[in-house]
Amino acid sequence: MEFKDYYKVMGVARDATEAQIKQAYRKLARKYHPDVSKEKDAEARFKEVGEAYEVLKSPEKRAAYDQLGQHRPGEEFRPPPDWGSGFEFSGAGPGNSTYSDFFDSLFGAQARSGRGARGDFHPDRGEDHHAKVLLDLEASLHGGARTFTLRMPEIDDEGRLVSKERTLNVQVPKGILAGQQIRLAGQGASGAGTPGDLYIEVDFAPHALYRVEGRDVSMELPVAPWEAALGATVTTPTPNGTVDLKIPPGSHAGSKLRLKGRGIPATPPGDFYVVLQIALPPANDDKAKAAYAALAAVLPFNPRASLGV
Amino acid sequence: MSPSDEPALTGTIFDQSATLSIKDLSRMCNVEERHIVEFVEEGVLNVVEVRSEWHFTGDALRRARLAVRLERDLELNLAGVALALDLIEELQQLRRELEAKR
Repeated sequence: MEFKDYYKVMGVARDATEAQIKQAYRKLARKYHPDVSKEKDAEARFKEVGEAYEVLKSPEKRAAYDQLGQHRPGEEFRPPPDWGSGFEFSGAGPGNSTYSDFFDSLFGAQARSGRGARGDFHPDRGEDHHAKVLLDLEASLHGGARTFTLRMPEIDDEGRLVSKERTLNVQVPKGILAGQQIRLAGQGASGAGTPGDLYIEVDFAPHALYRVEGRDVSMELPVAPWEAALGATVTTPTPNGTVDLKIPPGSHAGSKLRLKGRGIPATPPGDFYVVLQIALPPANDDKAKAAYAALAAVLPFNPRASLGV
Repeated sequence: MSPSDEPALTGTIFDQSATLSIKDLSRMCNVEERHIVEFVEEGVLNVVEVRSEWHFTGDALRRARLAVRLERDLELNLAGVALALDLIEELQQLRRELEAKR
C-alpha cells in the first residue's frame, strides 16, 4: 500500500489552519469537479482531493494522520499496530467516493461516509446506478443492440469498496438524443427488496459525416460552382439512406437546405440540414485553365466588392 | 467477436415524457423530500402541478443529481447551485454551437 501525503495533495503546509485547508479544498474541488472541469484527469484528481480533505478537515482524523509522521508519497507503508487507538472517527463528508486502500487501512471502510451519513431513506430498495456512455449516432438512427462495459463501485464481502466491471448488452431505443437517459429497470444494485434501476446517460461520439444538435442532424455537402449557380439535382447521403436533392439555382456557400423529418427519429423527429460547400475544380491542365480564363473574360465579377476595394 | 450471446436488455428513454413524483425523485437522489422542495423553491428544478400534486420530468432527475453533487462536493448553498447549474447548461450550449461551427 502506498503512503499518501494529504498535505501535498491539497497543496497546504503541515501546519495549515482549518480555514486554509477549507479554502484549498474549495479551490481544488471547483477546479477538478467532474461536472465542471475540463482537465484530463479531473475525476481521479477530484477523488484524491476529496479523500485528503476528508482526513484533514476532521481534527481527530488529522491528528491521527499526523501521528504517522512524514513518509515519501508512494512509499510502501503499513500503519503501526497500535495506530489510531484513542481516536474516535465519525464519518461525514463526500459520499460515493472511492477512497484509497491507504485511507481504508487507516480509518476503516466504516469511516467512509457514503450512504449512512447522507441518509438512506429507502432501505427496502436497492440503489439506482448511473452511468454515461458514448454512443454512435447510428444506434439512435436505427436502434439496435450495443455492448457497454461499465465500471461500478461495489461493496465486496469484506465490506471494501471495489470497482467491478460489468458488460451489458443493451437494446438502444431508436431516436434517443444526447443527454437523455436509458432506464434499465432492475439493473441497479440489488437491495433487501427490489433491485434498483440503471440509468445510462447517452452522448454521441463524433461522426465522420454528420453533426448533431438536439434532434437535428446536419452535414456539409460539396457542390460544383455551376451546380450552385444553375441549380442541379445531386445525390446526397442522409441519416436514413441516400436521396436525390434539388439544389436551387443561385445557391451559394453556406446555403442551408432542410429535409424535414430526416434527422433523429425521435418524437417529434428532427430535421436534416444540408449546408452547401462550393468545391472548386482544379485548374491543372490547359483545358481547365482556358475554361477559367473564358469565365473571367465574360464575368465582371469582384469577389472583394464588399471590402470596398 | 459477437457482442453477446445473451438477449439484449431493453431500456426505455427516460426524458420529458417520464413522470416522477417528489417521492420518486427523493429516493433516486437519496435526499429527503424537504430538500427537493428547496430545489423547487430556489428554481433549481421545474415542476408541473397536477391536481395539487407535484410532477417532475425525467430531465429533472439529471438536474437534481447534478445539484446534489455540486452542493455536497463544492459546499455550495442553494443559490450557488442554481447559478452553477444555469451556467453549466449555458456553457454546454455554447460548446455545442462552437462544435457545430468547426
